[in-house]
Amino acid sequence: MTQNQTLFFQKFGITPTDLQRYLSGALSAGGDYADLYFEYLTSTGISVDESMVKSASQGISAGCGVRVLAGERTGYAYTDDLAPEKILRAARTAALIARGPAQQPIQGFKEHPAHQLYQVSSPSADANIAEKLELVMRADRVARAFDPRVVQVRASYIDELRQILVVGSDGTYASDVQPLARFSLMCIAKSGENSARGSSGGGGRVGIDHFQTEKTPEYFAREAARQALIQLDAREAPAGEMEVVLGPGWPGILLHEAIGHGLEADFNRKGTSAFSGLIGKRVASPKCTVVDNGTLPSRRGSINVDDEGSPTQNTVLIEKGILKGYLSDKLSSKLMGMPDTGNGRRESYEHIPMPRMTNTYMLPGDDSPEDIIRSVKRGVYAVNFGGGQVDITNGKFVFSTSEAYLIEDGKVTAPLKNCTLIGNGPDALTKVSMVGNDLQLDEGVGTCGKDGQSVPVGVGIPTIKLDLMTVGGTAS
Amino acid sequence: MATNTDLLSGIEVDLREIATSVVSRAMKAGATAAEAIAREGTEFSTVVRLGQVETLKEAGSRGLGLRVFLGQRAASTYSSDFSEEGISHLVKGALELAGVTSEDPHAGLPDPSEFGSVPGDLKLYYDDVYSLPPEERIEYARRAERAALDYDPRIKNSEGGSFEVATGHRVLANSLGFVGEYRRSYCSLYAAPIAQAEDGSMQRDYWYSVARTISKLESPESVGREAARRAVRRLGARKIASTRVPIVLDRTVAASFLGNIFEAASGDSIYRQSSFLVGRLGEKIAGENITVVDDGIMPGGFGTTPFDDEGVPTRRTLVIEKGVLKSYLLNTYTARKLGLKTTGNASRGLTGNPGIGPGNFFLQPGERTPQQIIAGIQRGFLVTEFLGFGVNLVTGDFSRGASGLWIENGELTFPVEEVTVAGNLKDMMNNIVAIGNDLEFRGSTACPTLRIDGMTIAGE
Repeated sequence: MTQNQTLFFQKFGITPTDLQRYLSGALSAGGDYADLYFEYLTSTGISVDESMVKSASQGISAGCGVRVLAGERTGYAYTDDLAPEKILRAARTAALIARGPAQQPIQGFKEHPAHQLYQVSSPSADANIAEKLELVMRADRVARAFDPRVVQVRASYIDELRQILVVGSDGTYASDVQPLARFSLMCIAKSGENSARGSSGGGGRVGIDHFQTEKTPEYFAREAARQALIQLDAREAPAGEMEVVLGPGWPGILLHEAIGHGLEADFNRKGTSAFSGLIGKRVASPKCTVVDNGTLPSRRGSINVDDEGSPTQNTVLIEKGILKGYLSDKLSSKLMGMPDTGNGRRESYEHIPMPRMTNTYMLPGDDSPEDIIRSVKRGVYAVNFGGGQVDITNGKFVFSTSEAYLIEDGKVTAPLKNCTLIGNGPDALTKVSMVGNDLQLDEGVGTCGKDGQSVPVGVGIPTIKLDLMTVGGTAS
Repeated sequence: MATNTDLLSGIEVDLREIATSVVSRAMKAGATAAEAIAREGTEFSTVVRLGQVETLKEAGSRGLGLRVFLGQRAASTYSSDFSEEGISHLVKGALELAGVTSEDPHAGLPDPSEFGSVPGDLKLYYDDVYSLPPEERIEYARRAERAALDYDPRIKNSEGGSFEVATGHRVLANSLGFVGEYRRSYCSLYAAPIAQAEDGSMQRDYWYSVARTISKLESPESVGREAARRAVRRLGARKIASTRVPIVLDRTVAASFLGNIFEAASGDSIYRQSSFLVGRLGEKIAGENITVVDDGIMPGGFGTTPFDDEGVPTRRTLVIEKGVLKSYLLNTYTARKLGLKTTGNASRGLTGNPGIGPGNFFLQPGERTPQQIIAGIQRGFLVTEFLGFGVNLVTGDFSRGASGLWIENGELTFPVEEVTVAGNLKDMMNNIVAIGNDLEFRGSTACPTLRIDGMTIAGE
């Protein structure tokens, strides 16, 4: 997209001269770097509950965040009014972090060729609300028809279109129009005294056609209903250390929690991560290679440029068990003297960017999923999870199952009640003894929270076996 | 360093005027009922790390949300654009959307007889939160961190100390004539030090103080010291063998457990049959020692407002009395669905239908000090932190990561980590065998120290 095509030039009348003026204002008290992040976000949502569309909503939020870096210091201010005097005032407020003679931004901006990761003919946000309504209603009908024990269904469809413009005092210039859509479904099944829940969902940087042709409401409805019915018969999960097999796809949340966060450069720059100083050391079995890849087409965690205007990359985090690199933004890259991996992300113009994951996954190995399960005497086979969390500093992490089974004598047997698995990041992956040949990425529902900021992410993993992990059930 | 306070006073709109005019424009455009929320806020925050300012952030923002009805159909829109064009887009969009949603017999604004506002000064707003000069705000954060770093030589690093201030102004107006507004202020101090053992292993913990006025904020030194005490006591933590012993939840984790009970008792979970408390009204769901209250009118409370997000006055609701479930927490919609009356717990953002939010939700304190509770336990586990969100409200199944301290012969012995604590909320509510006298609000949900028996600890 050329400069004068962006919405900020057309709708808000901002000119390149204005941008230079705001950057000068931001550097009026000195500083090493300043940038402006313009954002215009439109979103719509529609949901069905008890077979009624009880709400539909849409909204717009727009604003500009101004950041000034001076050594390790960050000054930040934002405005939700894009009038020139308001942006200038934000720039002068952010400027107060620095103390020194005024600096001048580089004259003229340089735009680099960017990825084209969103193959969307017309963004979902433009689609007719009636089409979206049709999607959620179909899901409701199918989930209810799946089995009479399905007593409650809620489905929602949410999409957004985020238009951003990032300019920096070093000549950085990048704009992007980022579509994002997500379908979610939750149902409750009842049988006698027992109740259980099942959920599913997916999406990505896709248009509404993705849900009409590839991942349909019927697909998600059957998946959630199936899960809920299985959980009706779940028995108590075991408690203690045992072999754990993770199914492919969303169980990749293991990587996100166990190692991904710990490898974000800010924690390592400050020496507060359990992974600090471990580059070049073994942190996983030789069967494990893990990457963070922001350049996969159409994925939820993918972006053409990060929120600092840098192109996203495919970054190797662990290669054959050896820790290779961190995920960095501009600030950490400068202070640590390491490359910027294009992982500087933020929730919105109200937030300071920081190193964040994109799509984090493990490359496939040679084992067949069947052999992996057959190799387990007594353990847990976990195929779906809710959320997880990590303590960066001591490395302890958890993730909680939403669908798991007992493995007895190499066979998958009874479904288990939801339970939490807990481990230690720097050595959890050293226990990986088998890696499947069946890498899958998740369906596209992940949202990661850090320091109060949420960003969309993806994960993926082939079937893997961990020889030892603590399973947090109640049965002895 | 100087600070530009202009941003904080730079918003010159009359929120009340905007909210009421949006409602009347929606009605003129054909809505049969309408409700608008207008809000503005300011924020300031600073983080000082290892004595140096790391971030300084300052801003003001605003937003407008509209909910319209076309008969029994509802829809909503929001915007940060207060211009003429922005508002007409907001109204037009909401009405278009309401044209496609379903007729819902229970949808609608509250009955006019229910509108109102709690009289008197609820002590929610103090302009002193911005009274500290900028240098002193940074100094507050610096002092909190320094107190942590100076507490013990094993405190070797830090994620910093921070000081934050925020104010908010909110107006709610609807087409049945309700207009109400309130302002709230908030300030907080936080420290997150990192302790390091001789073998290089690290432990982080934090502590904080929050208040509506600077005068009630704890001193930076006490916040920093407590944060450091919590971090240092975790050094050398180890995993323990799986076992079943009494557990004690300190009040920070007990509040998180009580938050699960709030969710389970909220009207949305009940009518959707998504809670283990469905159909239990009037029944005994907990031990006789358990009384739980939702108090929306406690002066100065973090969950206090004069009216809820539908314009219904907030109130004090007895949720569990001596173990008997006395009331769910309801807004207008969930009350109608369940054939009950709203409890004034409507809560909404700028968009969507109202959900359910707590007032000041707490478990009535008992007689014993936390030390006395611990002293009564032969072998047990004091949980000081939960990790993860492994709670299923449909079944009540509970399984979360935990760390804390081992109890042996009534005394705290060594730190424990990398274990889980599991059980079921239904059983947990009946197995609370001791309740502390240490109730303290650091948020809208608060709980004293609890001893719960019968849970499983999974470790080695």
